[in-house]
Amino acid sequence: MSEVKTSIETDLVSLKHPDERGYYGEFGGAYIPEMLFANVEQLRLIYQEVIDDPAFQAEYKSLLRDFVGRPSPLYLAKRLSEIYCTNIWLKREDLNHTGAHKINNTVGQILIAKRLGKKRIIAETGAGQHGVATATVCALMGLECFVYMGAVDIERQAPNVARMNMLGATVIPAESGSKTLKDATNEAIRDWINNAETTHYIIGSAIGPHPYPDMVTQLQAIVSEEIAYQLTAQTGKEYPDYVVACVGGGSNAAGAFYHFLDDKRVKLILAEAAGKGIDSGHSAATSILGSKGIIHGCMTLLMQDPDGQIIEPYSLSAGLDYPGIGPLHAHLITTGRAKVYAATDDEAMQAVFELSKVEGIIPALETAHALAILSRIGAGKDDHVVVSLSGRGDKDLNTYMNYENIKDQVH
Amino acid sequence: MNKVRAKINEKQQRVLNVYFTAGHPTLDSIPSIAEGLQEAGADLIELGMPYSDPLADGLTIQKSSEVALKNGMNLKHLFDQVKQATASIEIPIILMGYYNQLIQFGMDRFLDMATTAGVSGLIIPDLPMFEYEAKFQKSFEDRNLGMSFLISPMTSDERILQAGRLSSGFLYMVSQSSITGKTQDISQEQHAYFDKVNNMGIESPRLIGFGIHNNETFETACKYSNGAIVGSSFIRALEKDASKAGIKTFVSSILNG
Repeated sequence: MSEVKTSIETDLVSLKHPDERGYYGEFGGAYIPEMLFANVEQLRLIYQEVIDDPAFQAEYKSLLRDFVGRPSPLYLAKRLSEIYCTNIWLKREDLNHTGAHKINNTVGQILIAKRLGKKRIIAETGAGQHGVATATVCALMGLECFVYMGAVDIERQAPNVARMNMLGATVIPAESGSKTLKDATNEAIRDWINNAETTHYIIGSAIGPHPYPDMVTQLQAIVSEEIAYQLTAQTGKEYPDYVVACVGGGSNAAGAFYHFLDDKRVKLILAEAAGKGIDSGHSAATSILGSKGIIHGCMTLLMQDPDGQIIEPYSLSAGLDYPGIGPLHAHLITTGRAKVYAATDDEAMQAVFELSKVEGIIPALETAHALAILSRIGAGKDDHVVVSLSGRGDKDLNTYMNYENIKDQVH
Repeated sequence: MNKVRAKINEKQQRVLNVYFTAGHPTLDSIPSIAEGLQEAGADLIELGMPYSDPLADGLTIQKSSEVALKNGMNLKHLFDQVKQATASIEIPIILMGYYNQLIQFGMDRFLDMATTAGVSGLIIPDLPMFEYEAKFQKSFEDRNLGMSFLISPMTSDERILQAGRLSSGFLYMVSQSSITGKTQDISQEQHAYFDKVNNMGIESPRLIGFGIHNNETFETACKYSNGAIVGSSFIRALEKDASKAGIKTFVSSILNG
């Protein structure tokens, strides 16, 4: 889709891409041990050329259509809209093959990995959605797949572990630190150092050393590309007033925001996981509790102590249980382009049950954080609010059924 | 000239640099381990600043870092301990840590406290070379701190030369493309890589690290460089016996077999 410049775009610098060294303002870059440099550099030199190649685009788009099931619907949630006195549109990423937005990125990266001649794929996963999406494309392409997953997450996301096994992937438990997404990512990076020549690392979030945040963002940008034309087709309006997305590492929000980043008429809203409350000591509200520093190879906002030791976060939702945030998001937040709200476990759970009963859609726990803040964003009755319904709730059924019993526990 | 470079230049061959993690096995063990290493014949000490997320390190160093942090090690305490250690030993101490630790502490404050404590050099594996050159090289030189950059078998020739030029301490040749703590033998391909680097006309002395864990691997490394760095195997030895006698036995097993 061609990009229409509007009079609203007054800034000279587009927010859509980082600079040459991978910085969005003061965030981004590549802070990696030398043993990874050659791999990351190889990727940096070719990723844009590959993504822009018409042959790549043709294969990527055809897989998104025929394998993933895109475009995903943009659905006007009438009863939910009545409750919140505005017009709420759900971008149904939950209807994608494998049940979340994650597959958009893995389809793109597996094609890039093939161009690099890599035979072995590794990935990290929190909720298991990115792991399943990676295992799926590896099965599709006949590549070997290893997924690192925190031991705690393996327990709370058992159905996704079973899926990955069925798809032929090997799930490796990360036993260090908090045994969640941060530690799974550390282990995946160490695997990549040990197997640099044979292996491509498919990072699932808009995080990591440059070019990952930009590459993942571009591979998720299909979401906002569709929102733009679907909204126009259904309402005649060419832009939404609000786009709301939950954020852990940030791939979902990056994709939902991308085509609107430079259009200041569109308010960009992020929903973070407050866990048991921002000041409870059990939270994953990175932008509020975090400060500038380095995590997983990029300069961004992260939760850390004064000595720079990374603090173990907490959220009931495995996909948001991460102490950092993508560098693009850190830039959007610190410059005021995006606004952040935090939703607690309890608020997210209420939103799960509300959407299920009111609209007949059981959302993923991660996604529910975006639904949980809708009353707070200030949308009026004529506004059009697009919520990225990033994933479906099947994987969380166990949590949903047992919430009353488990809500007083902290992992 | 900084103390790290001076020490290697003076000895030239069979330089032994031994790594251990600050705060492991116990919170206050830095001075006694440092003394033990000097008495046993080590030439340099590489002291790890324990970090929650040490990306380049294998399980042994990860675990030692976890123990150290649980013991209560932090940078202020580390500098206090290093100050005690440098009062009684003369071999140089090099600090190894991750860039985020220095950023949060404040780079100038960190360099000042390190200098005051008697630290002679630094290794920061995730600090990009261009960032060091643009922001910190002068501060290091002003304080006489030796900097050491890593290269691996996958590093391009251009970057090897750049790392050589910027390494005022020594050039750290990572023996294999891996995290720390591997114990394989050194392969033919690695020999070719060492030869290549040695014929590039790099002024900085070179030490080989990663996978050096016994006399055989130490001797091989010394054939291709000014010496070697031993880390994970010393951590494992300290876990069994951190006494000066235990340290002497370990260092002797590396130097003499």
